[in-house]
Amino acid sequence: MTSITKKVMAVAAGAAVIVGLAVAPVYATPKAGLKIAIIPKSINNGYFAAWNKGAQKACKELKATCKYIGPTQATGPAQVAFINQAIQQGYNAIVLSAADQNALAPALKKAKAKGICVVTSDADVSDPKTRTAAVLPASSDRIGAAEVDWIAKEIGSKGKVAILSAAATAANQNAWIEAMKKQFAKYPNMELVGVYYGDDDATKSAQQFNQILTEHPDIAGIISPTTVGILAAAQEKKSKGSKVAITGLGLPSQMKDYVLDGTVNQFGLWNPIDLGYVGTYGAAECASGNLKQATGAKLTAGGKTYVEGPNGVIYLGDPFTFNKGNIVTFAKIY
Amino acid sequence: MRSGKFRLGWDKGIILLLVMLILFGGMSNNLFLAGDNINFIIGDISEVMLIAFPMALLIIVKEIDLSVASNLTLSSAVIGITWHGTGSMWLAVLAGLLSGSACGLLNGLLVTKLGLSSLAVTIGTLALYRGLCYVLLGDTPVADYPTEWTDLGYVPIPGTFLPWVIVPMVVAALLFWYVLHGTRMGRWLFAIGQGDEAAIFSGIPLKRVKLGLFVLTGFMCGVAGLAYTVRFASSSPDGALGYELLVIAAVLFGGVAIAGGVGTIWGVVAAVLIWGFSRSYLQLAGWDANALVIVSGLLLLLSVTIPRLLSKIRDAVAHRSSRPTGRGGAAPPPGDTAEHLSPAVAGHDQGSHRG
Repeated sequence: MTSITKKVMAVAAGAAVIVGLAVAPVYATPKAGLKIAIIPKSINNGYFAAWNKGAQKACKELKATCKYIGPTQATGPAQVAFINQAIQQGYNAIVLSAADQNALAPALKKAKAKGICVVTSDADVSDPKTRTAAVLPASSDRIGAAEVDWIAKEIGSKGKVAILSAAATAANQNAWIEAMKKQFAKYPNMELVGVYYGDDDATKSAQQFNQILTEHPDIAGIISPTTVGILAAAQEKKSKGSKVAITGLGLPSQMKDYVLDGTVNQFGLWNPIDLGYVGTYGAAECASGNLKQATGAKLTAGGKTYVEGPNGVIYLGDPFTFNKGNIVTFAKIY
Repeated sequence: MRSGKFRLGWDKGIILLLVMLILFGGMSNNLFLAGDNINFIIGDISEVMLIAFPMALLIIVKEIDLSVASNLTLSSAVIGITWHGTGSMWLAVLAGLLSGSACGLLNGLLVTKLGLSSLAVTIGTLALYRGLCYVLLGDTPVADYPTEWTDLGYVPIPGTFLPWVIVPMVVAALLFWYVLHGTRMGRWLFAIGQGDEAAIFSGIPLKRVKLGLFVLTGFMCGVAGLAYTVRFASSSPDGALGYELLVIAAVLFGGVAIAGGVGTIWGVVAAVLIWGFSRSYLQLAGWDANALVIVSGLLLLLSVTIPRLLSKIRDAVAHRSSRPTGRGGAAPPPGDTAEHLSPAVAGHDQGSHRG
């Protein structure tokens, strides 16, 4: 063997080691046989049943043992008992939809001290240090922008538009409305004429819907970023025979009939199945030591790669759009 | 003290039940008696236990307070806004205790000065105090409490697995036990429970005693409000929902007669512990939350029907052998009305124990 070949081989061997080191984390797969607790805000809720469906699918793929446990009452204190149960029973990870942003902090700190990975999914806690990652539907900006895009499609990007929201103090809705206002700037021929508050009450939302029609007889479209509001608006539109276009955020099961009869053409919501699915992958990767809280950290689930933003937040992407084509399928789920 | 021979009354029966539950649970599930789990159970039952003591006294004197959970939450809200307003946790705690006591005082004044039924008054204040929580906090809970306080909620007492909240629980248990079973005040309470009129004739300041009990209940709601705030590191207006029913159920389960005049502190302690331990056991055994709700309902139903059935059987047996009933140290179990008791009022150790 010449010294050159020796050198080449040595370099090649060294390179292989380096490449191996560099590649190793990429190919790291979650451990099989993990025990994962899936804790919803409350059981007996179709939305969370769908969320759990996604979680269980991930569990099957991950060969993990998953258990769906949670309270009957959607409050933080009621959830604490189940977080504790997961701690006691030696679970490796918890996927959690937090019913209370603050009250779970002490229980989650306890879980962390026991080395249990917590990933929130669907609803996050206020202190990012108490969990590793949060898998959330979409950023406020994307949700608000998508709703404006839907209404633009309905009304040909021109005319008066009003927003029928929940309570004036509802934090989520207010963040989306801010994002909507930004998105309106992209449609010079659309005018936002006002924000009305139905307080997530069916009767009050219907009254506010009629108020909009009275104040603006030439209204072209209404965006209702709340499940109660959009349902009330669709009901009123149908009974009044109004022509106004309606979109927003709604539950497929509640909106099915109105989509099929053309009262509403499209609306959106996030897909709880995806939230549960990705959240469970996050929990498994965390429990396998592959996912930390770090901006830019990657999480792969079902062939898709998601990237952590600041504070471990992972957004699924745009809200999911429902229309005549898919409403029947999703109405069966949630 | 004991005049009759030993008989298994309800309050002793549930202590036995508690011991059996702990032994059975410990043997069949090795997680059940782990230090962590005991720590959790004690925290979980703490607020209910703290309020169950004064509630037992109220029910013994034939009153009730349904506003306790709202009062607890209002105390927590007051702690929150005082902490935000002054930046002093000590002031906040003081304000919370004062708020609890003041709410209790309002209940007491409406009952004793206006002669209203405590059931009606406290249904009203249940809504009123809860409404005030929403007024004070709006929809933004207070959650920025200093860590050295919130750590008290989950870091155990050094060298043990016990949570800090066990300190006020034990102190309260001993104080309430002493007052009810060892003082003249305690005998007054049983006397009032057995008949207002007779109690007044024997010189008991009935209204002052009842007013005091309502204030005491409010104060304990303040203490429980502090425990709740620390345990969940936050104050939110929808806290402790439904706790009033848990407290009342535990008190009745503990052998305090809903008709008044009968009850013990150790019975209440055992009842709250049984509630906490059985819930934890079933949960660790994998029962789901819906089943837990049904089980706790059945437990309560059994706790009121079994003593009643037992006393009927006992009466029937006694009737057959034509001996007078309800004499000596053997008082009937809860569910029995005060008429079954010996009519002596403020007697020597009447009520300081139940046979």
